[in-house]
Amino acid sequence: METLLTKEAAASSGTVDSGEGAATGGPKRRRSSSKGPKVKQEVRAGLGLKARFRRDKSLIFMTLPAVLLLAVFAYVPILGNVVAFQDYSPFVGIPDSPWVGLDNFVRVLTDTNFWLAVKNTLVITAFQLFFFFPIPIFLAILLNSLVSPAVRATIQAIVYLPHFFSWVLVVAVFQQILGGAGLLNQQLLANGWQGMDIMTNPDTFLFLITSQSIWKDAGWGMIVFLAALNAIDPSQYEAAAVDGAGRWKRMWHVTLPGLRPVIILLLILRLGDSLSVGFEQLILQRDAVGAGASEVLDTFVYYTGVQNGDWSYAAAAGLLKGLVSLALILGANKVAHLFGEAGVYSKS
Amino acid sequence: MTTISKPHKQSTGLRWPRKEAPERAAWEEAPTPVMKVAKTTTLIIVVLAVLLPLYTIVLTSISTQATITNAGGLVIIPGEISWDAYRQIFTGGVVTRAIMVSVGITAVGTILSLVVSVLCAYGLSRPGTLAHTPLLFVLLITMFFAAGMIPSYLLVSGLGMIDSYAALILPSCISVFNIIILRGFFMGIDQGILDSARIDGASEWRILGQIVLPMSKAVTAVIALFYGVGYWNAFFNAILYINDSSKNPLQVVLRSYVLQGVSVPGQISVGQGVAASLALQMAVIVVAMVPILFVYPFVQKHFTKGVMIGAVKG
Repeated sequence: METLLTKEAAASSGTVDSGEGAATGGPKRRRSSSKGPKVKQEVRAGLGLKARFRRDKSLIFMTLPAVLLLAVFAYVPILGNVVAFQDYSPFVGIPDSPWVGLDNFVRVLTDTNFWLAVKNTLVITAFQLFFFFPIPIFLAILLNSLVSPAVRATIQAIVYLPHFFSWVLVVAVFQQILGGAGLLNQQLLANGWQGMDIMTNPDTFLFLITSQSIWKDAGWGMIVFLAALNAIDPSQYEAAAVDGAGRWKRMWHVTLPGLRPVIILLLILRLGDSLSVGFEQLILQRDAVGAGASEVLDTFVYYTGVQNGDWSYAAAAGLLKGLVSLALILGANKVAHLFGEAGVYSKS
Repeated sequence: MTTISKPHKQSTGLRWPRKEAPERAAWEEAPTPVMKVAKTTTLIIVVLAVLLPLYTIVLTSISTQATITNAGGLVIIPGEISWDAYRQIFTGGVVTRAIMVSVGITAVGTILSLVVSVLCAYGLSRPGTLAHTPLLFVLLITMFFAAGMIPSYLLVSGLGMIDSYAALILPSCISVFNIIILRGFFMGIDQGILDSARIDGASEWRILGQIVLPMSKAVTAVIALFYGVGYWNAFFNAILYINDSSKNPLQVVLRSYVLQGVSVPGQISVGQGVAASLALQMAVIVVAMVPILFVYPFVQKHFTKGVMIGAVKG
């Protein structure tokens, strides 16, 4: 593809490079042309920047709106993190606010509320990792074992659905079912049992939010595993069966190894994301359960910064969170490489 | 319909080819009866866990106050039907306005996001073009490091976008993940077709519009759904950037109405109590999920294909 382009652009821009053109035009070259570095060298040798720009300018223009949006709404705010090193006041603005060095970070790190948020964040992540993560894998294997494609498709369509509901909706539904005046309580009271209000109990909060996550996203989480299961070569099962492996042995020695790369990939993503557990989900229920059980890093930043106006302090907490998250992703990826897995990205 | 047992192929004398479930592979043994029961029960529980709450909420929203009182809350057994709650919602007041805001933001935002994302994905779909790697890099970095809530807020307020609908659209306008999915699909298209169009003198814009897009309707529809759902469900951006309650989208109203039990002025007809009736609350929930239920079936079948292409090649 690139070779064709090169020739075309060279012809149109009047750059005569017959030697290069002949070299890239061969059928052998063309086959390997979709691979990166070689082509680049060829193109670089054959065309000047100007000619390449003329050739590619419409493609570059196409990316500009997105790049512009990212520049404004993703990159400029990164610079805005300087308020973490200031005593920022919205009336004075960033340029004129006094610099205070690392004071805000010291304050954050000695704040018991901050550490409570850290603890809650990690506990919630760990809990969800343990109880939520295996469920999509289990569901995918179960669904994959069904013979009828129609039944499989129907069930898939149903369990994907809650993923597309908002957290407000999910929490509202849970409140209607499990809340103090909810369906479960009605039935319990009507049958002479003692009622209970699961929605406001800090002791059962972990179970509550995990079951909400499962209801919302377990079906959706299945999608990747189903695709990975489809990609397993049936002849592996056949060979295993010929060798005398029963269904459980086949699952252990064929199915699970087939899922391994995906499982590891998702674990990494989950770990990298571990400081950002369900922000909307928790902010919605913070009032009902209290900050003691539901304050996580994101809600901490929201309440200290946006609600209480302690901007610099909240920015420092947010920056710490961002940096630790980044380190977690990079670290987890490194570990994946050490285990010989592809990870999220690789140096290629 | 049984989920697991084999279809009895010989039972009908007809030779006409019917669509039958494929046979179990020769080496695969049929599940034991215990397994069959276990599997079927698990799947039934899973399906009911999703559908039962939705069913009872929809049913309550169309029940009369008497039926609700009789049931002591949510209605499971259908009684008398009444559309009063929906009539109240759609005849002005806070909920009607919130619905309009949400519909508008979803429509405008989805179109904008889709256009920007498709253009960007196509622009980046050919390695070897000028500045390809740095541009891709600009995108990917944002997946690893997010700026944080406070600087984002300061930016939006610095741009004077507080209380504007633009604050609900622009900061969340593109998702790099969606662009990567689209790009993966575009890269999978047979390049020979595109090259021949190029030789015939078609511009990149024309190739995108007349060849690439018609070939990628499915994945584009899925991405449109992702964006649309994102805007429709947008909740936190509204809390952060919108102070004027008349500009609140539906999710915020849903929260104050159903979760916080706030009575919404202008919504409750005379004679009713302070808090909104249960039917009314449930009707708001239903309104919040109906658009998703409506679009979902058309797009759902493309999920696996669309998402996996992006994930594998990303």
